[in-house]
Amino acid sequence: MALRPVAEKWLEARVNETDLAGLEIERSDSNQLVIRLSGVWRLHHGMPTANRLKPQLISSPRPSHVTVEASRLRAWDSSLVNFLAGLTRICNAHQILLDRASLPEGLNRLVELATSAPELKEPRATTTETLLTRAGRTVLARLEGFATYVDFVGLVALALGNALRGRARFRKIDLLEVLQASGADALGIVTLISYLVGIIMAFMGAVQLQQFGAAIYVADLVAIATVREMGAMMTGVIMSGRTGAAFAAQLGSMKVTQEIDALATMGISPIEFLVVPRVLGLVLMMPLLCLYADFVGILGGATVGVTMLGLTLNSYMQQTIGAIWVSSLVGGLVKSVAYGVLIAIAGCYQGFECGQSSSAVGEAATAAVVNGIVMIVVACGLFAVIFNLLGF
Amino acid sequence: MAFGPRIIMRDLNFTVARHEIFIVMGSSGCGKSTLLRHLVGLEEPVAGEILFRGEGFTRADSATRENIIRRFGVLYQSSALWSSMTLAENVGLPLAQFTDLSPAEIREIASLKLALVGLGGFEDYYPSEISGGMQKRAGVARAIALDPEILFFDEPTAGLDPTASRLLDDLILELRDSLGATIVVVTHELASIFAIGDNCIFLDRETRSIGARGHPKELLGQTDNPRVREFLTRGSTRAAADGGL
Repeated sequence: MALRPVAEKWLEARVNETDLAGLEIERSDSNQLVIRLSGVWRLHHGMPTANRLKPQLISSPRPSHVTVEASRLRAWDSSLVNFLAGLTRICNAHQILLDRASLPEGLNRLVELATSAPELKEPRATTTETLLTRAGRTVLARLEGFATYVDFVGLVALALGNALRGRARFRKIDLLEVLQASGADALGIVTLISYLVGIIMAFMGAVQLQQFGAAIYVADLVAIATVREMGAMMTGVIMSGRTGAAFAAQLGSMKVTQEIDALATMGISPIEFLVVPRVLGLVLMMPLLCLYADFVGILGGATVGVTMLGLTLNSYMQQTIGAIWVSSLVGGLVKSVAYGVLIAIAGCYQGFECGQSSSAVGEAATAAVVNGIVMIVVACGLFAVIFNLLGF
Repeated sequence: MAFGPRIIMRDLNFTVARHEIFIVMGSSGCGKSTLLRHLVGLEEPVAGEILFRGEGFTRADSATRENIIRRFGVLYQSSALWSSMTLAENVGLPLAQFTDLSPAEIREIASLKLALVGLGGFEDYYPSEISGGMQKRAGVARAIALDPEILFFDEPTAGLDPTASRLLDDLILELRDSLGATIVVVTHELASIFAIGDNCIFLDRETRSIGARGHPKELLGQTDNPRVREFLTRGSTRAAADGGL
């Protein structure tokens, strides 16, 4: 039988002809097939797959013997290993004898390694669940999450009870660090945001009130809104993004590195040791920050009043003092304490529930901020109803 | 090498030959891993130069440097697999960045590399779902993704059980023989040192320099440095000497 050379070049030509990775298929007789490899096989030139040879391998008359010949092979990398591994698999599947004896030894060993039975017989099952199943699972997971959250809140409450009786084990220095991080260190950002929010509120009010010639009431508007709602709310949002996220990330990475387990096995309650100082610290700092935010917010309003509305600072402040009731001020501070508890617990809970990887730490921090802010807004609504009933 | 004013090691002069498995050993805290960080370009030596095939690497311009670094593969002590990606994605990332293969081809090469380290079928697992030994091997698969010329291993067998350590040692030998790569291993595992080392240097914490060099097995018989002896015999020479007195 005459030689039937089938040449195929599927790799882009390179400048140097001799560099080209080449592959020729030659059928010497009906049951003998020779595959000649030549040139340089590099991944970045492209990747031929053995599947393209399949039609020739299994077409009749089917060869019983395939020889790979590599005398003109110059250099190779994974692209060739991949090709040969594919070829071996096809040959094994169709009971074709494959002779790779002329290949470099290292190459043969790699092909052997690559085609030896995989350690895992069944690759990970990619489950295809219906939308309904997934929705159901999500709801159940959320419910379970809520249960563990309630559980966590209960444990924190007990630990705080112990702490108030002076029986909780935590280091005073940790508490001081939390006070520093969530108090003094937060002053800058609280100043900026509160001042800007004060200015914005004054602007919004001024546009309307000027039409009635009642510009002085901008002071009332800013004062009441800031003291009753915005001071506590904005401080809460800032602290949730700042401190809540930090708590979750800290405790989450402690969980990943088993530091929390180390505390537990020493008989030290991680809740008392880690959560109590954080909750206490934030709860102590929140009303102070809130008071400060109220003050700066009012200053922001005054800036607009004095520069845009032509009011004197003195009359603006007189009007402000007249507008603030003690009950509003106390109400705002009570809210800020509640927000502090919610933020600290949300942060610590997410940290404790963190998974075992660095991406899980990121997810925990995100969840802490989102949950913290949602809970602040929900709590704000509840407070509005309660204060209304109490006649504040 | 130095951290600020503190000198970690001085007068480090050594050559790693092609296709050899070169061991950097020494007791904990002597600066082995720091040396490795210098070799792979993460840190810059205070004085001196690192040459790759005779080409200066430390102070080379960024293009040359990048070109050289791409021929390195590194396995970190903690595997350093990206936890948000599956194993196939971990191995495929360098391929996606530095080649123009299609996603399907990248997946194929990633499967191939994972099969080479004995992790065929684990493509869609996340690093947190597999054991420490498997993570190490997956780290090796990622290190060889771009068919590097030099592989650096930082404490490859630390924290692995003897069987897993043995498997990893075999894998290192296999990679050297089949890929034809040069391999630099930082370790203090005696079993590995004797099993795979062709050549080694001992970093001496006391003199802050190389305490001994040579083939590990020959070193054991020849060295005069008591600290090297102690290290290679797990301190039993001192015990024997004490017993003799």
